[in-house]
Amino acid sequence: MGSRDDTPGLESLRRPGVNPVRAIGRSSLGLLRVAGAVALFAARGVAALATPRWFLGQTVRQILAIGYFSLPVVGLTAVFTGAALALNIYTGGGRFNAEQIMPQIVALGITRELGPVLAALMLAGRVSAAIAAEIGAMRATEQIDAMQTLSTDPFRYLIAPRLTAAVITLPLLTVVADIIGIGGGWLVATRTLGFSPVVYVRNTWTFIQDWDVESGLIKAAVFGFIVALMGCYHGFHATGGARGVGRATTHAVVSAAILIFASDYLLTTLFTHG
Amino acid sequence: MNRNAPGPQTAKLEWRGIEKRFGGAPVLERLDLAVAPGRSLVIIGGSGQGKSVTIKIAIGLMAPDAGQMLVDGEDVTRLKPAARRGLFGRFGMLFQGAALFDSLNVWENVAFRLINADGVPRAAARKRALEALGRVRLGAEAADLYPNELSGGMQKRVALARAVVANPEIIMFDEPTTGLDPITADAINQLIVEQVKELGCTAVSITHDLVSARRIGDEIAMLQGGRIVWRGPAEDIDRSGDPYVEQFIHGRAEGPISAAV
Repeated sequence: MGSRDDTPGLESLRRPGVNPVRAIGRSSLGLLRVAGAVALFAARGVAALATPRWFLGQTVRQILAIGYFSLPVVGLTAVFTGAALALNIYTGGGRFNAEQIMPQIVALGITRELGPVLAALMLAGRVSAAIAAEIGAMRATEQIDAMQTLSTDPFRYLIAPRLTAAVITLPLLTVVADIIGIGGGWLVATRTLGFSPVVYVRNTWTFIQDWDVESGLIKAAVFGFIVALMGCYHGFHATGGARGVGRATTHAVVSAAILIFASDYLLTTLFTHG
Repeated sequence: MNRNAPGPQTAKLEWRGIEKRFGGAPVLERLDLAVAPGRSLVIIGGSGQGKSVTIKIAIGLMAPDAGQMLVDGEDVTRLKPAARRGLFGRFGMLFQGAALFDSLNVWENVAFRLINADGVPRAAARKRALEALGRVRLGAEAADLYPNELSGGMQKRVALARAVVANPEIIMFDEPTTGLDPITADAINQLIVEQVKELGCTAVSITHDLVSARRIGDEIAMLQGGRIVWRGPAEDIDRSGDPYVEQFIHGRAEGPISAAV
């Protein structure tokens, strides 16, 4: 350094690169820019759905890829979570002699919260990453440019079918997760905790209200949109070859997971206090 | 001038004062270039000189910062999406890495435009795809293979078939022989010449392969520093008298062009 300052710490803060006010400002602007870009991207994807031409074959293919092939992972997650939830609620309930409400709490927890959230997180890991990698690789190898030169809009052919498929399939996967999750709780309760199989099912069935399930399915549709949107957005904007595709995959999964939790909180607030 | 009825003197493609910058660094600086109908122009130049940008602006994959792009005398610089898709229908493009769709087999790749943009039924599209594959000397046995089952040369042939299947008026070739052995490269060059002649279309190629440039070009233009520094008939390139062209065709590290390393 050419000259010495009595307060080198303050001097370093004044440099443009590390000025905290500027850094916060730059980060805020960057965040707003990304939020705007994602919103525009989503709007283009939805607009592509609103008018023909629709690629139904692509949509069916994506429903299979996103929905059908995610069944095992969602089912396994649900059964273990349902079983663990039952044990925890039984233990907690036991502290004030309320073990018998365990089936109802398991059902409520699964249908309103854990079914949609866990299915969405599994899809974020499995599908958001796969979408980002596939579209990112297409970007890196000029396949998206080629598609445009072949007079085909990538938003119609690639983005809209994935958004549609995820919005349709995540609620269906959530229904499966709800049933299997409650089944996991039932297994633990009847095999190890001494609950009557018939009484457990009857208690669950009479307690659950339509809205418990419906609110979970609405959440699932929103999460499905987020999962596909994040995969598509990050893949579509991947730059820098293989490394860029890897980065896009990571960003897709992380951003999808964060947005799932954030929107879950907002939707739960809306459903419980709205 | 009646812009809807181009006269015999109207260029098929014209770059008029095109400028493009990336992150503040100029890539194209007032590029002026025109190609007459039915002619094959090859643009040569070193890496990073803006060759790919030049053809991406022409086809509409990239917008210039300034200047106009004209097709048959019509300004197509900033078209609405529907008009742009219509214009894409008049172009064919062979990408450097072939850019075949991994998830589709060979004939579906070739017929992609026919099925997805032109609404041709699949059976008829397959028939036309097989005809196009025949034109690049690929038999029906290749039609159901996937791109990852093909060699580099075969991928380029399929990409060429895809570029010509809808009989475009203009074809762009982005480094058509890069990464191919000399014999395969010559076969691709020959196919390009045949197809351009057969379709009677206008062709613009970019390459740094001089063998390819001489083989497929009626004319050659050298892009250096964001503008055309020399242009002439392909057979005149050895006596251009231009120091940039001289250095480029002889592959010398010393000269007005500094090596991009």
